[in-house]
Amino acid sequence: MSELQDLYQQMILDHYRSPRNCRQIDECSCSANGHNPLCGDRIAVYVDVVDGVIRDVSFEGSGCAISTASASLMTEAVKGKTVEQAHALFKVFHNLITGEARGDEDLGKLEIFAGVRQYPTRVKCATLAWHTLEAALKEDGSEVSTE
Amino acid sequence: MSVMPTPRTPTAALDVDRIRTDFPILSREMSGRPLVYLDNAATAQKPQAVLDAVAGYYRGHNANVHRGVHTLSMEATDAYEAARRKIQSHLGAERVESIVFLRGTTEAVNFVAQTYGRSRITAGDEIVISAMEHHSNIVPWQLLCEQVGAVLKVAPIDDNGDIIVEQYEKLLGERTRLVALAHISNALGTINPLDTLVPLARRRGIPVLIDGAQAAPHTAIDVRALDCDFYTISGHKVFAPTGIGALYIRPEWLDKLPPYQGGGEMIRSVTFEKTEYAPAPARFEAGTPNIAGAIGLGAALDYINALGLDAIERYEHDLLDYGTAQLATLPQVRMIGTARRKASVLSFELQGVHPHDVGTILDQQGIAIRTGHHCAQPVMDRFGVPATCRASLAFYNTRAEIDALVAGLRKVLELFA
Repeated sequence: MSELQDLYQQMILDHYRSPRNCRQIDECSCSANGHNPLCGDRIAVYVDVVDGVIRDVSFEGSGCAISTASASLMTEAVKGKTVEQAHALFKVFHNLITGEARGDEDLGKLEIFAGVRQYPTRVKCATLAWHTLEAALKEDGSEVSTE
Repeated sequence: MSVMPTPRTPTAALDVDRIRTDFPILSREMSGRPLVYLDNAATAQKPQAVLDAVAGYYRGHNANVHRGVHTLSMEATDAYEAARRKIQSHLGAERVESIVFLRGTTEAVNFVAQTYGRSRITAGDEIVISAMEHHSNIVPWQLLCEQVGAVLKVAPIDDNGDIIVEQYEKLLGERTRLVALAHISNALGTINPLDTLVPLARRRGIPVLIDGAQAAPHTAIDVRALDCDFYTISGHKVFAPTGIGALYIRPEWLDKLPPYQGGGEMIRSVTFEKTEYAPAPARFEAGTPNIAGAIGLGAALDYINALGLDAIERYEHDLLDYGTAQLATLPQVRMIGTARRKASVLSFELQGVHPHDVGTILDQQGIAIRTGHHCAQPVMDRFGVPATCRASLAFYNTRAEIDALVAGLRKVLELFA
């Protein structure tokens, strides 16, 4: 069970039970929907960008502990960052959970998702919110699917 | 060619400890514990007899069928055709020509859509299915409807997962050209009352297809008693290899259906001006078939018939009752699918925990269940859930494995408390 505790850490369970920034932003500059057909998870991400800076970001949806906690922690991590910084953060985060080599960037709280790399079938759960954020920032309006 | 039906006399209770030794994979360890395999509705494990039949064919008899005059080719052909007769006998079919080897249930439903459907169903005609169907008994009909302009009608199910017979009957009309129903639902375990549903269609002259993918591992099948026009099984769900299945076609259709695919094997003579097709079943089996798979399927049916399907049914029913009662000891469990008659499928939600989290945490305890929509998204929508957890049982599962599942679920609840 030790590996499990690596995956289901208290912080992940806490963000699953009480997700942060789980609401709609009425007057946001962009938004997108994401869908993981494998497990039925659906998410909407709302972003308010002013002068290239993410002034507010939120999400709504239903999903597993990993995808909900990832969405919640993502909103905390990118709020106040520039769009470029958010893109860069996703790259580092993606490397973290897929076990790719990475530099010495500090991911802060996002480091708790390191355990996901032991569970390849769950990588999509952890990245759904991030892919949806990217789509929102691109403002192409299309729904993101993990499949 | 006619074959005597297999006598179905009551058989002794199953010796499950001994049966488990027939399945090499069941001795595997997973995460340091004995594997608890409860995903049989997705695919069943294979007994040594099936593994030996497949390997034995490749080791000693491999050749193409219906081709050569050499001895190996004749041996391969004999073994392949013997497998066809085993399936004929197992399904209670009148004629061996009625048994067509295909890749599985999915291909069989597509086969009927593209042969019977394309030649007999036209714009404005209707096809009736039920709300509990697997995607493989939905999408082929949607494709056909797009191709010919037909209309798909769906008979609803109630909160238990039983088909609502009165509403089903109301859908059967003058334009209904086919009824296509699951024998047993993969997502809910519902055993459909075919003795009621099929006659309602047949009395109106409507042909009926039965998707028997989930029924074949659990219950005896008699296509003549069912009075259906098409009945299909998948090998891998019934302890045989993947990539092989069979379709029963009522004899009166054999000469009326157009070929399915073109190629070798399915022809009598070919010139650039005109090609004559071979009679059934060769007409429906273009190309070199899955010979080893067919032989493996025959061996798998021999295996379950030696155990006795009535003994299998009794044992699994007892195990289902035990599992249902044990899961009910967890107040957080909500069962999805509580039909009057059920096969050994336990589909449920664990309050407050997403099925994928349940699946991952159980996997770490060596327990394999299915989590997701089970290729039956309309069923998930019907019950208002994105996904469920599903433990599906076979005759080699035990009460101790049910106990392991319930203990595993308690661990999930502790972690998420």
